Amino acid sequence: MPELTVDGRRVEVEAGVTVAAALTNAGVEHLRVSATGQARGPLCVMGTCFECRVAIDGQPHRRACLEVVRDGMVISTAPNPKPQTDDRSLSSRLVCDVAVVGAGPAGIAAGCRAAEAGASTVVLDEGDVAGGQIYRHRPPNAPEAIRPWLTRLDRSGARRMGGASVFDAWREREEIRLLAETSGGALAVSARRLVLATGARELFLPFPGWTLPGVLGAGGAQALWKSGANLRGRRAVVAGSGPLLLPVAASLTKAGAAVALVAEQASLASLAGFGASLARAPSKILEAMRHRRGFAKTPYRTGQWVAKALGTERLEGVVVTDGVAANEIACDLLAAGYGLVPNVELAILLGCAMRGGAVAVDARQRSSLDGVLCAGEPCGVAGVEVALAEGEIAGLAAAGQSDPESERRLGRVRARGRRLAARMHSAFRLRTELRALASADVLVCRCEDVAVGAVAGCASAREAKLSSRAGMGACQGRVCGPALRFLFGWDSDTVRPPARPARIGHLAVFEDVSKE
Amino acid sequence: MPSDAIVVGAGIVGAACADALSAAGLSVTVLESRFPGSGATAAAMGHVVVMDDSDAQFALTRLSRELWDALAPELPRACEDERAGTLWIAAGEAERESVGRKAELYRSRGVPVDELDGRDLVREEPNLRPGLAGALRVPGDRIVYPPAAARFLLDRARARGARVVTGAEASVIGPRRVTTHQGAFDGAVVVNAAGVAAPLLAPGLPIAPRKGHLVITDRYPGFCRHQLVELGYLSSAHGHSTESVAFNLQPRATGQMLLGSSREFAGLEPAVNRSLRNRMVRRALDFMPALARLSALRTWTGFRPATPDNLPLVGAWPETDGLWIAAGHEGLGVTTALGTARLIADAILGKTSPIDPAPYRPTRRFAAAHA
Repeated sequence: MPELTVDGRRVEVEAGVTVAAALTNAGVEHLRVSATGQARGPLCVMGTCFECRVAIDGQPHRRACLEVVRDGMVISTAPNPKPQTDDRSLSSRLVCDVAVVGAGPAGIAAGCRAAEAGASTVVLDEGDVAGGQIYRHRPPNAPEAIRPWLTRLDRSGARRMGGASVFDAWREREEIRLLAETSGGALAVSARRLVLATGARELFLPFPGWTLPGVLGAGGAQALWKSGANLRGRRAVVAGSGPLLLPVAASLTKAGAAVALVAEQASLASLAGFGASLARAPSKILEAMRHRRGFAKTPYRTGQWVAKALGTERLEGVVVTDGVAANEIACDLLAAGYGLVPNVELAILLGCAMRGGAVAVDARQRSSLDGVLCAGEPCGVAGVEVALAEGEIAGLAAAGQSDPESERRLGRVRARGRRLAARMHSAFRLRTELRALASADVLVCRCEDVAVGAVAGCASAREAKLSSRAGMGACQGRVCGPALRFLFGWDSDTVRPPARPARIGHLAVFEDVSKE
Repeated sequence: MPSDAIVVGAGIVGAACADALSAAGLSVTVLESRFPGSGATAAAMGHVVVMDDSDAQFALTRLSRELWDALAPELPRACEDERAGTLWIAAGEAERESVGRKAELYRSRGVPVDELDGRDLVREEPNLRPGLAGALRVPGDRIVYPPAAARFLLDRARARGARVVTGAEASVIGPRRVTTHQGAFDGAVVVNAAGVAAPLLAPGLPIAPRKGHLVITDRYPGFCRHQLVELGYLSSAHGHSTESVAFNLQPRATGQMLLGSSREFAGLEPAVNRSLRNRMVRRALDFMPALARLSALRTWTGFRPATPDNLPLVGAWPETDGLWIAAGHEGLGVTTALGTARLIADAILGKTSPIDPAPYRPTRRFAAAHA
């Protein structure tokens, strides 16, 4: 078993788990000290929120949720660690026909199709293991649904690069260039075509107490368990909105946590309308039933939401309300997510045209920018079946191959899935009462500790940023941006490189590696 | 009702003018096209620095720094005011000699400085690469957060009755009248403090946008203590080559490092010019290799309002009745905003300024055509 040193203490951990899971299992839940001195723990557990930053082997600001443990790792949660200067970072370069960013369902499907069509293909992902958020797993235990795809990807000849965080993308003459940061250094990629399959992240909304350690995203709590955290004996509440809440509750139950309540903010009336429309999509109902079986005794309440998380150093309970009565429930884990937000930052950085907050694409998944395609959630959140179909279409198109029969079939899957998604978004529409939870003293920007009251007089996200620092932190506004859109209707500020925090030494490597 | 004075632009310069004019008892209206501090002020580093490119530049920056010193006790925390001092770094022996000459000049004009040799420099800033020849330290130089400073100055003006109209983009400045999308505003005098947009409202003003890049890092408190600037900065700032870079690093009060600088004439295209930004980064890594490990959070660009002789345009503009100019501050707008406001207020009120205003007059002759 690997051994870590955590704040000077030796800890034995299971192999293959993430640092975030290992720390949870070692009882360490305060991972970081915020700008104003608050203790913070993991939130999104998918590399977006930067709340789980720790120093790993002398390198500060590493995301514990993305890094898998290695024997001898030294981890520090102390504030303000000094960066060590003795490391040698290597830069490498890859040239390919098709680069795919994201190894979730859309990226896997795109990678398979492009490589099978004979294009030299590289699939990059921030996570070490392919599968994306929905099929997150620890090898060799891949979920059944994605196993054939993973096998196919391995056989396709596509090259998979895990642990590669793409932080810059641009078009230069006839090629698309990417810069990624890996544990070994910077990686420069030149590709003829790019498929953006960057997936989605959870929508987090501010409410009193939401920054307490123990409050995670709904998908975040599930991801923490899937990446090796032991949640046995935890008392959990699952809350927020969307079809994700059911599988999350099922996972937590399977993990040995007692799920006291699943609180869905949408009303029964709103969901009933959606349920009726599901008659045309029986597989969805079956899927929901299967999840329901795992936790038959757990109450699933519609029209209820968490008004407050209680606790001082960590979560001790929640107040759940239906807008009339309020109920206190003791718990040490809150899994709260309010739906999904497409990850469109790289597309915006490249200059792709957007439509309604999603990347605009044509029937072959081509964006407005020559050579850049997009598939799955960044084109509008629509779930795994659409992601797979769009990934296949994009992979074919990126490789310059035409397969009209397949494309017709995949196009039908896409159309059906997108129609269903539209109905689902309307059924799970967020209620306005959630806005009122973000009172003036509640933090909206967790990176810079900016309260809602500090941005209230502003007229845009940019004005809020310059007058309060909201959105200036390490997550680059990925958490507070969508929250501010929900609260005030503001569009997010522009995206500039680096699209993810990256080491200064890695910003300028393209010229260096190109010369070699 | 007409105001005594209309200030066009609520960047740091316009805000300082509004502050000074309202302090003199004038009724002031400020017209801002977007929101206060949203232009070059938002992109600026906020280095309050005495610079010696010319006698006139020295006089204005020294006066301005004295005014910032006087203001410092009143600045709220959001302004992140810190008297961090500047280190002008000499890379080699030739530059080391210029440190001595520079020191003499500063001292002779009443600005305290110290000379550091290579060993002192390593002790003061251990993350600089070893082997640098030395530095001139100007301990009185400051750092502020420019958009917050602009808001503070505007708030003071507001407290004296000034009116600030945001989202009011000026389209025409006529005699004692400014026309905006929100209607016309009349004033006995109009101060054009619109930065790079100033020539649109006063055709003929020799101002061109000079784009710059900045990179900001995550928090590393104590990584560096002074604002670090290579001595070669002056030739980057004041040459008129199309593209140039110079090492310029600033420790923010948050513990973040703000890294510059680049200069180019590239119109008003805000996109990051990766090749120039990369040159800028490599230049910084030459001086401070340890920067390579710091995590960069963002890059942004901004546009300095540049003039042909590197001095701002401050004074009356005879082409239009009642029009005054306070623009063209290139990369020194934050430093010289307070001195500029002083000159403008003195001139409008017919008072004598503490420094000779002639070198900054917008109507002065420019030796060379603008790049």
